Amino acid sequence: MSEGLNIIVCIKQVPETTEVEFDPETGNLIREGVDSVVNPFDEYAVEEGLRLRERYGGAVKVITMGPPQAEAALRDAIALGCDEAWLATDRAFAGADTWSTSHTLGLCIGKLAPYDIVICGLKTTDGDTGQVGPELAQQLGVPHVCYVNKVLDVSQGKARLTRILDDGVETLEAPLPIVISVSKDINQPRLATLRGRLSARKAEINRITSKDVDAAASELGLEGSYTRVVKIFKPEPPAGGEVVKGSPEELAERILEKLLECRVI
Amino acid sequence: MSGLPISVDEERCISCSICVSSCPYTAIEMVEGYPVIGDACRLCGACVDACPEGAIAIEEAERAVDLTEYRGVMVYAEQRGGRVHPVAHELLGKGRELADQLGEPLYAVVIGSGLDRGAEELAVRGADRVYVYDHPGLSDPRDDPYSALLMELVREVKPGIFLIGATAIGRSLGPKVAACLETGLTADCTGLEIDPETKLLLQTRPAYGGNIMATIVTQNSRPQMATVRYKMMKEAERNPSRKGEIVRKPVDMETLPDRVKILDFQPIPEQVNIVDADIIVSGGKGLGTPEGFKVIEELARALSGAVGASRPTVDEGWIEYRHQVGLSGRTVRPKLYVACGISGAVQHLAGMKTSDNIIAINKDPEAPIFSISSLGAVGDLYEVIPILVEKIKERVRND
Repeated sequence: MSEGLNIIVCIKQVPETTEVEFDPETGNLIREGVDSVVNPFDEYAVEEGLRLRERYGGAVKVITMGPPQAEAALRDAIALGCDEAWLATDRAFAGADTWSTSHTLGLCIGKLAPYDIVICGLKTTDGDTGQVGPELAQQLGVPHVCYVNKVLDVSQGKARLTRILDDGVETLEAPLPIVISVSKDINQPRLATLRGRLSARKAEINRITSKDVDAAASELGLEGSYTRVVKIFKPEPPAGGEVVKGSPEELAERILEKLLECRVI
Repeated sequence: MSGLPISVDEERCISCSICVSSCPYTAIEMVEGYPVIGDACRLCGACVDACPEGAIAIEEAERAVDLTEYRGVMVYAEQRGGRVHPVAHELLGKGRELADQLGEPLYAVVIGSGLDRGAEELAVRGADRVYVYDHPGLSDPRDDPYSALLMELVREVKPGIFLIGATAIGRSLGPKVAACLETGLTADCTGLEIDPETKLLLQTRPAYGGNIMATIVTQNSRPQMATVRYKMMKEAERNPSRKGEIVRKPVDMETLPDRVKILDFQPIPEQVNIVDADIIVSGGKGLGTPEGFKVIEELARALSGAVGASRPTVDEGWIEYRHQVGLSGRTVRPKLYVACGISGAVQHLAGMKTSDNIIAINKDPEAPIFSISSLGAVGDLYEVIPILVEKIKERVRND
């Protein structure tokens, strides 16, 4: 791989806090006064892209779909060292569910071809679905590996990876190009340098709009979404029992009684 | 070219052959500079999306789906080593309820190797019909061949609802199937019911780290697909007199896509797996430092339990994500849950409140965790736990 890897990292801009409030009348989330950040899970995707470039050479393109202000997330990624930034933004893209998002992203990434590896975070802190990575791979027609915690080796058109499942750790080999979703165990993301931040300010942000992708309006955004949110509400706190006070010795004794009562010892 | 409703516009084609490598079925080859789509094509649409020039098209008859054709509830039964994952039995419990409300059949599908007993169990637990893809080549779960088989089965059986367990495997497999079938998929549902008026499946799930819940519907495409969180639904009960039909489906490994090879699988020792543990001892922000988990581990060891953690401790990097309990982590339902230094954010409570017994140790008498605990101890965990561990050891020695 003398020319290095063509790496694409997908990121999303999300609200900084998950302690969100919503308007009880409209059911819409109140976004005012909430800062936006790069989805924390995507920081690991960016870092892994940079590390792969350091290992194998090549370039890291970072892409996001979102409103025009999502440009800030791209500049953060440039500050960390990504080479090129792409912003898919258009009113027609708005309101997309995971299918519609991955469909649009797939069309945009098609424009950035050829690529060897597309890296996504495991999920986002807002939508919390983890579906865009695998759906994107399907849209692109390339294999996908979820929960990647280590990229062992990329050579001769293949990637060897490990991933963590509920019941074990798998080592896999997949042909390139490939989409991977990385877990938080994969690396420790770096911080931006001052020089990185300065160059990010001046960096060019490439834009992709609905005119640039070959898709009918019915395939994009809210219209192209197969799912609809019909209700939003706060989870209810459950109700419960006995509270005791006392010396550590007394408390330990009372807990021991309870353990015996539960027949766990 | 085959009689499939897919065509290549040679005027737009730039002979880049990206479509050839995009095809998971290796159905496309370049002939005299242009792609030719062969009979292996499954109309998955990968090449249509991959083509940078929009030169490949599938005739759009399918997008307007006849919704009334789709009937029944299908449940995907995940397995490893021929053993069906218990989440499948939970899906059958819920699936039976939904199917009965709709007056429609309940199907199960299982893919793997050596599935006779597992398949029968699915019938005994309420499936009217169990579709079985049993082949040595399918023994290990792999997205490529598994999603191809599920896609084919859904196109044949046309269920109105298709449920998959939101396990690591299910959350990777589900999106691939939904993307191909061009239908909605709701992730990690914690509640499912039928809207009495519209008969649509109301799919409720946590978002924003469990701080809000959203109810979602799939209106105009079928099946209505959802991955469903493990340990949220009640398992279907066994009824050995039930006679479900077992349908063995042929498997031809040659025609199935299978791009990702498993080189090795190392099982994780049981005790780390919090989801299946009978006893869980969890630590929260009240530990103050990452070293605090040593105390938690000691208590867990004394009780032969697993170690759990609240979201802030995982966010801080004190412990790995796989220990995380809550709507943003794992839902657990052990016999005993011991919460140490966990204040009890709603999103944490929602992930463990159905535990049989909950014991909480916390300095703050106002901690919300006490409101759901069968026993709450107001005190310093660093003082209480070492004494407790000694008492437990003593008790075990004397037994």
